[in-house]
Amino acid sequence: MRMYEILAKDLIGPDVQRYVISAPEVSRRRRPGQFVIVRICEGGERIPLTIADADPGAGTITLIVQTVGKSTLQMSRLRPGDTLTDVAGPLGRPTHIEKFGTVICCGGGIGTAPLHPITQALHQIGNKVITLLCARTAGLLIMVDEMAAVSDELVIMTDDGSRGIKGLSTDGIRLIVDRGERIDHVFAIGPPVMMKFVSLLTKELGIPTTVSLNPIMIDGTGMCGGCRVTVGGETKFACVDGPEFDGHEVDFDELMRRLSAYRENEKTAVEHYESGCRLGH
Amino acid sequence: MDAKERLAIPPQPMPEQEPRERIHNQREVPLGYTPEAAMREASRCVRCKRPFCTEGCPVGIDIPGFLDAVERGDFAEGIRIIKKRNVLPAVCGRVCPQEVQCQLACTVGKFQHDPTKSVGIGKIERFLADWERENGVVEIPRKAAPTGRRIAVVGSGPAGLTVAGDMILLGHSVTVFEALHKPGGVLVYGIPEFRLPKAIVQREADYLKSLGVEFRMSTVVGRTYPMEEVLEDFDAVFVGSGAGLPKFMGVPGENLLGVFSANEYLTRANLMKAYEFPASDTPIYKGRKVITVGGGNVAMDCARTALRMGAERSLIVYRRSEAELPARIEEVHHAREEGVEFHLLQAPLELMGDDRGWVRGMRIEKMGLGEPDSSGRRRPVPIQGSDFVEEVDSVLVAIGNSPNPLIHSSFPQIEVNRWGGIVANEATGQTSVKGVFAGGDIVLGAATVILAMGQGRIAAQAMHAYLLTGRWDDLEQAVSAQGGTQ
Repeated sequence: MRMYEILAKDLIGPDVQRYVISAPEVSRRRRPGQFVIVRICEGGERIPLTIADADPGAGTITLIVQTVGKSTLQMSRLRPGDTLTDVAGPLGRPTHIEKFGTVICCGGGIGTAPLHPITQALHQIGNKVITLLCARTAGLLIMVDEMAAVSDELVIMTDDGSRGIKGLSTDGIRLIVDRGERIDHVFAIGPPVMMKFVSLLTKELGIPTTVSLNPIMIDGTGMCGGCRVTVGGETKFACVDGPEFDGHEVDFDELMRRLSAYRENEKTAVEHYESGCRLGH
Repeated sequence: MDAKERLAIPPQPMPEQEPRERIHNQREVPLGYTPEAAMREASRCVRCKRPFCTEGCPVGIDIPGFLDAVERGDFAEGIRIIKKRNVLPAVCGRVCPQEVQCQLACTVGKFQHDPTKSVGIGKIERFLADWERENGVVEIPRKAAPTGRRIAVVGSGPAGLTVAGDMILLGHSVTVFEALHKPGGVLVYGIPEFRLPKAIVQREADYLKSLGVEFRMSTVVGRTYPMEEVLEDFDAVFVGSGAGLPKFMGVPGENLLGVFSANEYLTRANLMKAYEFPASDTPIYKGRKVITVGGGNVAMDCARTALRMGAERSLIVYRRSEAELPARIEEVHHAREEGVEFHLLQAPLELMGDDRGWVRGMRIEKMGLGEPDSSGRRRPVPIQGSDFVEEVDSVLVAIGNSPNPLIHSSFPQIEVNRWGGIVANEATGQTSVKGVFAGGDIVLGAATVILAMGQGRIAAQAMHAYLLTGRWDDLEQAVSAQGGTQ
């Protein structure tokens, strides 16, 4: 088993791949909530990816990656036996896990992947875990069985009603609260817009809420400041101060704007890669 | 030649790429000496009885010694003399602030009341390092017999590389841990290609590898590898993790799109080679009118990089005056030649954005100079009602860095000062934890490559004494008992 070798890879949703990667040190150290920075090739960019699972005995970590740009597209074309150029981590502060009582773990789309180890840890220490998985449509739901295995109750919501209950993540939370359940904490990980509206709702309901942010970053060790986010009016670096923050304090609109900074470049990079004219690397 | 004849020789200029040409490429600006020019420049040294230049060098290079060798055309001897004290001559010859160190102390410059007329020590140092490399005659110094001791170096910047180089020659086994994917620290992510070609840094690291130093890239001590375990696995540790946390101004609008820390901008350009995008994968935002805030070397690097990324105008906004610019004279000169506009005695008040969140303007206040502050420099004082708005589409914040918190936050037993810098004994580099030494910007705050190297050298000597004697509480005495300098 070579360093950073892809040991297994499978498609678990449209454009969503699960990779099992050999990274013994990261595997041994990682705790829920942490991420790694990966480079696919020489000349490749450094991309932050959350850790969905780990098997320290086997020395592996599991990454779940959606194809969104050049690097993730290139990664999706790698096969078992290929290696990643670098995997640095685990980075970021681990999730604060405690016995809150009853918690909702709300995962939107690919956000379910980083939510998995957190849910597992919360469940393990005796929280009553109600997991809420949300997607636009049934085919976009991931890790349903894995999440069910670490939850006391699993609720599925789809925008189009193709599976579970028809509605958004916020509808799901209301549903659970309205049936009289006393919720002590919400963990919400998903697209920024989902985390924004979940946080607005839970603020109104007075339920403390933790979100995990995935802004643009380069080094992941506090050096570049590209991942800065405004939390409670203060600038924080997601890589060293986060990636998890109090959802009620995060400026999500700013986060969404900052995530869009390189959209044109991302298109150029994919076109360049697809045209096969990579020079020099 | 007598001293009078030597003093009559004019300084030998080093040819440079033309400003108009060089702002369109990443190649090095000064082109280097020919052997003849180097020999002639070396012959300007008047051979003072007391070598003030060596006293002005943080690592104590025998400068008259190597100048003498160069004058005789014995370049191999010249580089040998430098390498006794300096493991990174190709780097130092390029980025050391010689004008405030060896060349400030040089008698030739003093005699002519003009430090710019001092012997070009740095230029000759660079010549020797390049000569050695280009002629493929890199000598591997003799290593001491293996001691069986293992040391860890955290961070592969100038301080860490110096410790690694010294300790391997003293017979210890050395492993360097680097968080990023390439060795060199600030030499690869910060200092631009046109000032320090990355191939040179890589060769310096390869040289250390050839001596037997092991490099472990993408390994974040404090995360991948906790300090406690590093201490169990190694007999001593040197922490040179650098000043890695960018400071921001704290003005409204700083998180607008198009606003970057110097670290981010330079890392994209240098480490990630964004100037080759899309052939390399990392993009960089190409502002048309770029304002860099700050007046140090890093600010000059940003302003000059912006020109090379296609900016039509590149401005420096600095709150003090020309005299207080912390950047090297040469960097300011190069920036001016390339068309960087200096807006001195000005300070940003706020950044304004458009409806999509991109920066479009900077409100700037003019400053006057008041009484000297604690740094001895005259304090900038805002001039009421002087503010105006400058249009801009990219802002680079180059006002310094704080020490990287990763080691301390995961290893709180190591003592830090109120800025978060690791507290280390000046004479030995010892920290509050037995067996752990520290140096470079994690101790100094943002300083220079050569000061970091000087601290690395001091720490290496003390570490060596510690490994041989086991003494810690009176390590300083143990070091001097060994003769202090190697």
